[in-house]
Amino acid sequence: MDLRTLTSLSGVSGNEYEVRSAIIKELESMGISYECDVLGNVIARKGNQGPKVLVDAHMDEVGLIITYIEKDGFLRFRPVGGIDPRVLVSKRVLVGKEKIPGVIGAKAIHLQERDERTRVIPTDRLFIDIGAESREQAEKKVQPGDYVVFDTEYEELSPGIVKAKALDDRVGCALLLEILKQDWQNIQLYAVFAVQEEVGLRGARVAAFAVEPDMGIALEGTVCADIPGTDKEFQATRLGKGAALSIMDRGSIPDRAMLNQLVKIAEDEGIPYQFREATSGGNDAGVIQQAKAGCPVASVSVPCRYIHTPCSVMSMSDFEAARKLIIKFLESVEGGFRP
Amino acid sequence: MDVREFLKTASLAHGVSGFEFMDIASVARDAMEGLVDEVQVDVLGNVIGVKYGQGPQPRPKIMLAGHMDEIGLIVTKIEEGGFLKFAPVGGVDQRVLPAHEVIVYGKRPLTGVIGVKPPHLTSPEEARKAHKMEDLFIDTGLPEEEVRNLVRVGDVVTFKRQVSELMGDRFSGKALDDRAGVAVILVCLDELRKYKVDADVYAVATTQEEIGLRGALVSSYGIEPDIGIAIDVCHGETPGVPEWRTASVGKGPALAQGGNIHPKVFAALEKAAKEIGVKVQNEIAPAATGTDAWAIQVTRAGVATGLVSIPLRYMHTSVETLAISDVEDAGRLLARFIASVDAGFVKELKTWI
Amino acid sequence: MKDLIKRLTETFGPSGSEGPIREVIRKEVEPYVDEIRVDALGNFICFKKGSGGGKKVILDAHMDEIGAIVTHIDENGFLRFANIGGVSPVISLGQRVYFENGTFGVIGCEKLDDIKDLKLEKLYIDIGAASREEASKKVKVGDMAAFFQPAIDLGNRMVAKAMDDRIGCVVVIEVLKRLKQTAHDIYAVFASQEEVGLRGARVAAYGINPDVGIAFDVTGTGDTPKSHTMDVSLGKGAAIKVKDSSLICHPGLRDYLVKLAEENGIPYQMEVLERGGTDSGAIQLTRAGIPAGVISIPSRYIHSPCEMVDLGDVEACVKLCVAACESPLDF
Repeated sequence: MDLRTLTSLSGVSGNEYEVRSAIIKELESMGISYECDVLGNVIARKGNQGPKVLVDAHMDEVGLIITYIEKDGFLRFRPVGGIDPRVLVSKRVLVGKEKIPGVIGAKAIHLQERDERTRVIPTDRLFIDIGAESREQAEKKVQPGDYVVFDTEYEELSPGIVKAKALDDRVGCALLLEILKQDWQNIQLYAVFAVQEEVGLRGARVAAFAVEPDMGIALEGTVCADIPGTDKEFQATRLGKGAALSIMDRGSIPDRAMLNQLVKIAEDEGIPYQFREATSGGNDAGVIQQAKAGCPVASVSVPCRYIHTPCSVMSMSDFEAARKLIIKFLESVEGGFRP
Repeated sequence: MDVREFLKTASLAHGVSGFEFMDIASVARDAMEGLVDEVQVDVLGNVIGVKYGQGPQPRPKIMLAGHMDEIGLIVTKIEEGGFLKFAPVGGVDQRVLPAHEVIVYGKRPLTGVIGVKPPHLTSPEEARKAHKMEDLFIDTGLPEEEVRNLVRVGDVVTFKRQVSELMGDRFSGKALDDRAGVAVILVCLDELRKYKVDADVYAVATTQEEIGLRGALVSSYGIEPDIGIAIDVCHGETPGVPEWRTASVGKGPALAQGGNIHPKVFAALEKAAKEIGVKVQNEIAPAATGTDAWAIQVTRAGVATGLVSIPLRYMHTSVETLAISDVEDAGRLLARFIASVDAGFVKELKTWI
Repeated sequence: MKDLIKRLTETFGPSGSEGPIREVIRKEVEPYVDEIRVDALGNFICFKKGSGGGKKVILDAHMDEIGAIVTHIDENGFLRFANIGGVSPVISLGQRVYFENGTFGVIGCEKLDDIKDLKLEKLYIDIGAASREEASKKVKVGDMAAFFQPAIDLGNRMVAKAMDDRIGCVVVIEVLKRLKQTAHDIYAVFASQEEVGLRGARVAAYGINPDVGIAFDVTGTGDTPKSHTMDVSLGKGAAIKVKDSSLICHPGLRDYLVKLAEENGIPYQMEVLERGGTDSGAIQLTRAGIPAGVISIPSRYIHSPCEMVDLGDVEACVKLCVAACESPLDF
């Protein structure tokens, strides 16, 4: 399944139905066995001998949830996952299962006091306008508890540079599907398409408990700030410079043997790579590492500019580098590498 | 099951997070005896009442969690003169503290007051700022030597507060967050006698919720339920807070929705409410619900969770206020829900298409 | 014991890079234990078999220390870094650091218009390299550094970096050495990654599944000029913890330790720590819950390179732990 399809699906944390269904359909067409658990994770299996390797990508994306419908038909909402309220104003969204189009409006600049313009509008002052004229009319299409996604089209901005919503972490899902295309003989691969990463690494935690892996790898779309105004030392990653390897983040310190092995493979195979030069943020590796009696982990990511906004940007060359690197790494585990 | 009588006893009982065994745990235990087949207490002091179902083995396991701990204070130092310095246990708003009466649980319970400087000696600048917790102290009126004899660093302190029976069925007191949840569980257990029930029910009065959902975390690990329902409180409507952030007191329990809640459990709770004519309200939780359900959901390989909330005003003060009818309705709807759970329902919880 | 404290505190071991400190501890404890293993997160777990009829007991002290991790090497060879655990920019200023391979560096700061702007992002490590190429020969992104400070002996008190929690390791090592006879199966866990979230102890406790867990770690004091209010002082004995941010100690175990201290004439003080946590917080919440407590070593200037402890307190902690291990632990 390509990134265009994957990123077009709705999957706000806790409401991953569309993504899950599409992935299950794909797994079935590939003839791969899988299970769903009670949180909604999809765990696909390949290979029957060798170490248990859990490779994780999360299906969910940040978004909004409707909390209340005003008398005049405007929708109140709260963010699901970490969204900077400053990116919300003047965006198009799709509300609920029926994907009702809506816009996040704001008071016109003409009507604002001078000092209002410099202040951030907090999310609890924002609202969605679906064109309803009353609560009754709105309630025909929308209920409190309905999820909202950004309405963003997948586009190629220039050759190999794509723009979409939810690249974090559909790019990981795409990588995981690529891995599953290969025949794995000497590892027991547990491909976990996880739910609820953005609200606290919830899905991966229970999946890792069930799998009890010998090692874990998180595949991510990660922060990238190679943008004007950010000094080199604070950019974290750079677009087009290869697969990003985590050195440490809030959730885990990657196993040094696994990290060194990834570096060695990248250098031996001439695969472009970079370190994720930041320790902020966290991903599913944090909870995989802590499952039961613990296991070594690493993270391989694709740099994505503007993650957690309606439109993120990534380079297909980085995707390709990450794909090659993770597959070569797993082959090395088949060949006997152990952390 | 007399909710009002139970809440009177439970509200007055003390049980600061981590110190539930000193009083409230036995209140919960006594209340459960007779309603369940057996009562257990685990390492963290969770009181677990087990009521076995009649369904074929393996029977569905349903855990109900209402936390019995309350926020409070803990003595950090005995100062010269016998004044006690303290730190909060759980989310205490320091603005409710000045001039509050408290009980210090030393070798014997001591009444104390949280002293403040009189307004006459307070400068206007000072008066504009809220007191800082670290500047406050407890005065027991006893000489220093006696204080040192009776009180030790690490002793806990609760608010001294009688309950108030307000107009209608409104009821006010301390620690209704979440002794109201425990009351709901008791109503539910009582009500379950009317039904034929397949599932085993684990009724848990949990500990240490206010300091990180710790009791629920370990008790759900031990119980390994298929379904876990937390019963807690949510914010009741309050002047100055927008309508869309609160639920109405007296208009029925709120059923939560969001990532923390299994959609099929929510739907079944909603259906149960409809079947017995209980009105329910919405509670939309984008992510963390901050309740035991948050811990239970990610226990072991995952648990299907639900959350039933009792609307409550003035949370974390000593005059928390609720409607008795909301507690009763919540208990009845939970019983109806439990009676509807069979092996087929549990199997469906892993089906996502 | 002074020599052991010096050796342990002067050894390298930021969270996630506990290799060197693990080897130093291994040499100390090998003759006194029955089995040794290292788990997936680098915990160093030593098993000492009991004479039977006892409990499964974890004695935990974390061997990792706070430090810095290199996040970027600039074209002039300066290293940017992030904190490993609770590192204060104020305390970092002007410090010397070293890497596992022996490379030394000093911490410098950008020009600040106001000292309030001092943040870790303004700091860098200078290893004396003239270019990125030269620096990269010695250090790469992801390498970890520890503060460099030799231990100093002030008589009955000692000062060192990483006293948090090598002093806890010293206590557990001393207990293993002195313990002649115990009914209990003792698992001495020299835990990894405490400073980044009690990560080592959590998985170790799951794997061991003990009946009781006792952690040995430093705690703050309230005995310095105009300090935070706290009723713990240096030199007044072992601190028996009631509460910190990570746990409320098992009341039965806590009172049992108090009773042991009183019966054996071991000086002790009660401790409520308002901010900070320790491994017992993770041990307590393992599986269906494990009774856990903490015996703390009072320490001044925690998370600075000059952490100070009192040897009398250390001795009290050792004695209390030995007494606990020799008792039935039937609280």
